[in-house]
Parts: sequence; structure tokens; C-alpha cells
Amino acid sequence: MTVRWIRAALAGALVAALGLTGCGDADAPAGPDGAGPVTVFAAASLTESFTRLGKDYEAAHPGRTVRFNFGGSSGLATQITQGAPADVFAAASPATMKTVTDAGDAAGEPAVLVRNQLVVAVPRGNPARVGGLADLARPGVKVALCAEQVPCGAAARTALDAAGVRLTPATLEQDVKGALAKLRLGEVDAALVYRTDVRAAPGLDAVEFPESARAVNDYPIVVLRAAANSAGARAFVDFVRSDAGLAVLTAAGFQAPPGA
Amino acid sequence: MSRTVRRQRVPIALLVPAGLGLAFLVLPLAGLLLRAPWTTLPGRLTEPGVLTALRLSLVTATVATLLCVALGVPLAWLLARVEFPGRRLVRALVTVPLVLPPVVGGVALLLVFGRRGLIGSWLDETFGVTLPFTTAGVVLAEAFVAMPFLVIAVEGALRGADPRYEEAAATLGAGRFTTFTRVTLPLVAPGVAAGAVLCWARALGEFGATITFAGNYPGRTQTMPLAVYLALETDLQAAIVLSLILLTVSVVILAALRDKWVGST
Repeated sequence: MTVRWIRAALAGALVAALGLTGCGDADAPAGPDGAGPVTVFAAASLTESFTRLGKDYEAAHPGRTVRFNFGGSSGLATQITQGAPADVFAAASPATMKTVTDAGDAAGEPAVLVRNQLVVAVPRGNPARVGGLADLARPGVKVALCAEQVPCGAAARTALDAAGVRLTPATLEQDVKGALAKLRLGEVDAALVYRTDVRAAPGLDAVEFPESARAVNDYPIVVLRAAANSAGARAFVDFVRSDAGLAVLTAAGFQAPPGA
Repeated sequence: MSRTVRRQRVPIALLVPAGLGLAFLVLPLAGLLLRAPWTTLPGRLTEPGVLTALRLSLVTATVATLLCVALGVPLAWLLARVEFPGRRLVRALVTVPLVLPPVVGGVALLLVFGRRGLIGSWLDETFGVTLPFTTAGVVLAEAFVAMPFLVIAVEGALRGADPRYEEAAATLGAGRFTTFTRVTLPLVAPGVAAGAVLCWARALGEFGATITFAGNYPGRTQTMPLAVYLALETDLQAAIVLSLILLTVSVVILAALRDKWVGST
């Protein structure tokens, strides 16, 4: 008798577990009108502005919710091509977006949402007196870069090569926020990050340098083919690309795309 | 009471969850093996970055384990053999790194040993030594997360060891330190070995505290788990290969050590 009960309980638990893993949003089905949650995978550098835009979107469309997964664009692209449940992908470079479109995971052509430029981030007051890229190679100046595998690292490499500066960074971080964290903790004297990251971080100054014009990153955005809520996904993409959306993004330091 | 090992049917209420548990642990490993790019494997193994990261991982995990043994065994002895006020609190504190997210551990290490840290700033000013972004920093991060494993294992062994041997040594005139080195340590040697193996395995797989405290730079602080994570950003196949190497090396070493010291059953 007891064994039968235990078996029944186990079977129930198993079904429940499978059900949970199978569809995490059983309680909030996506309607054809775009209601229900939209899952957005976005580059780490979009963290602040997209969080803000998500709140604006939810306020403008009662009943709709947006969830974000922020991280290094390349890692997000890998997650998407491996079947992660995402509706929208916003990458920090066309190269990372290409891995998703090449895998046939995008619905339609990606659109350029904004552009971003590198700056040298330094603590407020610039104690190491960094005036440009060449100063980063000075002995005793500790620098955090992004790893070349992620867009901010690839852009940093382009800019450093354009300036003819060779330097040994203290660390190659896995995304732009990691490089920023090392600077904010005082472990490095400077970090090559996006202009938007410096604007979002209190206590930091940005040192602009001419070579950054050679390494401007386009941020493509696209609705994904496997989107569980493609109507909601399209609505969110339209919202961030609207004038109101672009106003939030440019206020954060992004540049509007050419022709917008 | 004699131990009876009677063959009987395993109750299905235990067999089913046991099987599910086993499948849950083994299936992801099988997934790695199935998706591994076997045809290009030899070429990928000899890529220069791979061996550098592997060597760094093995060296730092081993040095971290030695550090843990040197500091952790006396600490375990203190917790198991000496009555002092607040011992339960100390015991709880020792296990904190077990429950702390490793990234938080890395930040905590920065706040103490970083350039602006309590001890780190003194080290920097007095000796010109900075620990973050160095191989020594990797060792420190790994030791921080791995030491509790050793302390818990050794303390358990000490509590299980019969204290009458130590008392006998004391009545024969041995001092407390002599008793510790000549009687206690040999008595709990298997426990120390088991703890050291666990400690080493944990140090080898360390990621969060390492990337936070020591950063990521090939040859200096980029251990295998960091290399895997970065490879994942662009090249899933490379990440799988790196994972397989780490897995193979750790399984081979752990199996060898287990047979040698911990005793297999």
C-alpha cells in the first residue's frame, strides 16, 4: 500500500518536474496580440537603457512584461543558437549578430538600433592623468580591456591597432561590465569601455580619443525565429526603435544610427 | 552483529530516484562526449593556449591545495580538539565560503587584498606587491573557496579518531605538538588525503572568485575554466574540447589518488 503511494507520489513529482522544465510560463501564455512576457537577450552595454525602456514599455502597454538577459553579446549568441528561449536579440556588434542569422535563428533582417563608441574610462579626476590611448602603454598604468572574443574587446583591438599602441593589459574581461567593475573597485587605472558605460557609472570620467572613430560598433536588433511571443517581440522592437526609444538611448550616450 | 549482505530486490521507490539522480549527473557529461569535434580534436589539443591554461590550472590548484593543507589541518585540529568560547561560531564562519557565491568571494578578496584593500594597500605601499591580476592571486582565490572542504573533511576525521591514543601519548610524556605530529596526523592521514583531493578538485574548477579577483590574462591568470568560458563566447567546439581536457585530467588524477590514498571499496 505504502509503496503504491510512494510510486504515485514519485510519478507525480516527475510529471511536475518535466512540466516545469517543459514550459516555464504555463501561467502566462503568449496571446496573438503580443500580451504575455517578451524575453530579450541584450548586450551588457545595453543594461541600463534597456532596463529603463522595458519599464517604459510596460507602463505604455499594461499587462505586458519584458524580461531581460544581459551579458556578453557573443555568449548570448551562443545561447540563442543552442536553443535558449529568447524572443529578441540585441547585439553589440554585427559580427555576433551574424552568428545568429547564419544559424537561421533570426526572423527577418536585423536593423541597426544604435551605435556606440569606445572611450578610456578613468576614476573621477583622472589620477593617472591619462590623456589618450598612448598613455595606457605607460609603465605602471594598469588597464582592463574586454577579451577580443566580445565586441568591446574587438573594438579595443581595432582602436589600439589604429593608434599603433601596444600594451599588456592587467586583465581581459569577459564583458564590458567586468572591465568597468575592475575600474570601479580601484584595481586598474583605466579601462577601454563604451561611452554609455561611463555615463551610467557614477564616479567615473570618460577620456575621448580620436582613434575610437575607427572602431564604432553598430548595435543590431532582431526578432528571433523561435520567438514564443513574436507579436510582443515585434512590438518591443518597434518601441525601442521609435523616437521615444531612441531618445532614451541617445540620452544614455548612444548615437542614433545613420539615416534615423 | 554480523554484517549480512543478503541479495534482495532493490525497492523500486529507491531505484527510480537513484536512477534519475545518476542520469541527471551523467547525461550532461555524455552530451559533452557526443558533441565533441572528434575529427579536429588532435589539432585543437595542440593549440598553444590550451596547454598554457591547463598547466596554469594544475599548478595553481596544487599550490592552493598545499596552502590549504598547511593552514587548514591545524585549523581543523583547533576546531576538533580545543575547547574555546565561540567555537561553534568559528566553525560556522569556516564554512561560509561554501555557501558564498564565488563571485562575491572574489569581491570580498578584492576588498581585503586588492590595491585599495585593507591588507592589499599595506602590501602595495610596504613591499610594492599587488595580488590581483597575478598567478598568486589565482592561488589565493582558489584557496579561499577550497579550504572549507579540507577543514570539514579533516575535522570529521579528527572527531572520529579515538582520542585515547593521544591521551596515551601524553601520559608517556609527549608534548601536544609531538602528539599531533606523531600520533594524531598518522591517525587521520586518510581524512587529510580525502580532504586534500576534494580541495584540489574544487580549486581546479574554480571560476567566479578567480575571474573577479585575479582577472583573465592568458598564461598569468587564465585557468581552464576561464578559458572555457571565453571560448564559449565565440567557439562552442573549442569550449567543449577544453572542458573535455579538464574533465579527463581531473578524473584521471582523482581516480589515481583515490586508489592510492583514500582506499577504494
